[in-house]
Amino acid sequence: MSDHILIVGASLAGLRAAEAVRGAGFAGRLTIVGEEPCAPYDRPPLSKQVLSGWVEAAQTELPALRPVDADWMLGMRATGLDLVARRVRLSDGSRIGFDRLLVATGARARRWPVAAEARLDGVTVLRTRDDAAALRVRLAARPERVVVVGGGFTGCEVASACIDLGAPVTVIEALEAPLLSALGATVGRYAAAIQRAKGVDLRTGVTVTALEDDGAGRLARVRLSDGQAVETALAVVCLGAAPNVEWLGGSGLAGSPRGLHCDSAGRALDAAGRPVDGIFAAGDVVRMDHPAFPGPPLRTEHWASACEQAAVAGANIARPGEPARRIAALPGFWSMQFGACLKLVGAPERADRTALLHGSVESGRFVVGYGQAGRLVAAAAVDHTHWLPFYEAQIEAGAAFPPTFARVDPPAAAWDFAP
Amino acid sequence: MTDVAAEPRVDTLMQRVLDADNRHDPYPLYARIRSRPVFREPDGSYVVCGYAEVSALLRDPRLSADPVNSPAPVGPGFSFLNMDPPQHDRLRRMTMRHFGPPNDPGRVEAMRPHLLTMTTSLIDALKGRDEIDLVADVAYPLPVTVVADLLGVPREDEPKFHVWAEAIVQAADRDPRDRRPSEGIQNALVGLGGYMMGLIEARRSAPRDDMLSRLVHDDGPDGAMNPAELTTTAILLLLAGHETTVNLIANGMLTLLRMPDMMRRLREEPGIEIPMVEELLRYEPPVHMTFRSTLADVEAGGVTIPARSAVRLLIACANRDPARFEDAERFIPDRPNNQHLGFGSGIHACFGAPLARLEGQIVLRELARRLVAPRLVDDPPPYRINPALRGPRSLRVQIEGVVD
Repeated sequence: MSDHILIVGASLAGLRAAEAVRGAGFAGRLTIVGEEPCAPYDRPPLSKQVLSGWVEAAQTELPALRPVDADWMLGMRATGLDLVARRVRLSDGSRIGFDRLLVATGARARRWPVAAEARLDGVTVLRTRDDAAALRVRLAARPERVVVVGGGFTGCEVASACIDLGAPVTVIEALEAPLLSALGATVGRYAAAIQRAKGVDLRTGVTVTALEDDGAGRLARVRLSDGQAVETALAVVCLGAAPNVEWLGGSGLAGSPRGLHCDSAGRALDAAGRPVDGIFAAGDVVRMDHPAFPGPPLRTEHWASACEQAAVAGANIARPGEPARRIAALPGFWSMQFGACLKLVGAPERADRTALLHGSVESGRFVVGYGQAGRLVAAAAVDHTHWLPFYEAQIEAGAAFPPTFARVDPPAAAWDFAP
Repeated sequence: MTDVAAEPRVDTLMQRVLDADNRHDPYPLYARIRSRPVFREPDGSYVVCGYAEVSALLRDPRLSADPVNSPAPVGPGFSFLNMDPPQHDRLRRMTMRHFGPPNDPGRVEAMRPHLLTMTTSLIDALKGRDEIDLVADVAYPLPVTVVADLLGVPREDEPKFHVWAEAIVQAADRDPRDRRPSEGIQNALVGLGGYMMGLIEARRSAPRDDMLSRLVHDDGPDGAMNPAELTTTAILLLLAGHETTVNLIANGMLTLLRMPDMMRRLREEPGIEIPMVEELLRYEPPVHMTFRSTLADVEAGGVTIPARSAVRLLIACANRDPARFEDAERFIPDRPNNQHLGFGSGIHACFGAPLARLEGQIVLRELARRLVAPRLVDDPPPYRINPALRGPRSLRVQIEGVVD
């Protein structure tokens, strides 16, 4: 009897899923298909230590937590899925069969939407190890100015690396503050203040209307919606990531541009919301039902979520039958930028209100809580991360929001925002 | 006839833990106490003894370490050990700048050769004796000298400084039911405070390469401490160094003397001292309990602790919670995933932990290696009265020599 598990995607989720498959005792054939030609590597350092020169891009390979004993098909992209024939079509035109499939194709950087402008020399994105290595070379050459298009996490970390390297940097953010769309007004206000204090030329409430060339195929300036222009030879486009779901089109799985919908056991769902036999998924490609957050599924793009989803999906795919494991941990991530550590736990995208819980924005040390319909759903901390385990337990317990209990280190002022 | 009833004496398990007669072995009582992870005492205070509960409450912002918030308020906290954020955070941050990463990453590791030299000379001094007291001869003098050196207390001042420190340690080691004010501790604190202030002034005009000089001349983001803050912080570091590391070393040697096989492994397996010290911190921690006050109602272990309650967190009991540690009553020197609470947890987690670890690793390894055929004279040894800072008062050991 054939027994073949195929994992499509060879980054963090793919590797951790393979380890979970073997960890659950699966002794059959295991194949891992990966688009990039290299062994799985870690992405968080790419926008931090790699750009600032502390770590070489090539040194980010992920350590294996256990032997996975798999056939690796690297440098090969999946282009189609046939659920009836149980086959995946690959970029070289070949097909590979499977008994069970785990989708871990992740996400890709959203490129500048005007193709001719996106192709200019000096216009780049940051997602892969090659992107990071190339950007590191450009930053090490002491550019006269760097323009970061988009003030989300990656954009802020790139700007932070520029400041560390002494490179003048302009951040263009469409909203009123960096990090605003992900973490709301309090963190946004803090991020804007610290960036300006550290010397970032921060332009908010404006968008980029054009990337203009120098007549020789190189970037010359960035044109803004307020009529101004910034002269630069290097623009890093940080407009977020799009899940790699196109290859699943027409397969019958519940994929959309927002991700592949899975239940909390990591089982891929069909259009009717039913688990598809033997098909699982994990990582950035997934929108997953989360037991702590009823309602629409969450697509989190967090490192820790990829690890947990992979552990759950990998364990479940290895053992046919009713799934043994479901995700339980709250989503969470960290970022390091401008000398501060920022951490989050929970689902701030669900929030209808925020409140400062500890510290003050002015001191650069604080905790913000996020509430939905009177319940705490998330907490974010800047250089004050020691309270997060407590709020994690509070979120899990469905604690009331805003919290009214007396506590040490209360907020210096009762900042309150609708996000 | 009238009944003159004696005041009813409720002899709870917790009171028996506090009873000096049980100091030598509170663990059977802990095992019984643990049947309820959180419970109320007749005096209205609460005891927390399950690992999950102690661990959670150590990190709960609804609990205060400042005595002004206790149900029977006394004065405000003396040092950042007994303060809440943001004052605590500021002072601890300013102190930590000169004790570890990121500002001073090599500070503790750079002390390694010096720690070994001091250990070597203390053990060399035991040559020619057939009976030693590991507390008086090694466990007490080593950490005192180390912390004095770290701060920058001149060697020639150490004798007077020992007298004050000893008085304070003695005062802390009284029967907890004895509520009379202690003159000794007041005099010692005044003497030590005056001495430290003088030393601080001396370092202000003539800085040296020591922590006190760095604290006095701090130009970090928080600025410099004022003289009162400097004095109390320096005294905190001195006393914390006295009262805890001595127990780590003494409890550690006692444990190893009772388990010759472990003593042999420490002698023979290079590197085992690192996980072994962690297991000692779990199995026989230097600090058995710590105290907090609730600022709000707090739910823990199925019990609601009301606001303004005194809370006793039983670290040593949590460290042997079978729900967290497999074979919790067994000493396993290379125990995996040993997330013990021996150094506490949360914002008040032991400041000196990196130094205490290094001291423990070096001195226990050297004692195991160099003492020939060590044998306990008294088992159990006499204990200090203090139920929180628990350790032997003396640890007499017969030896058949000292190797180099």
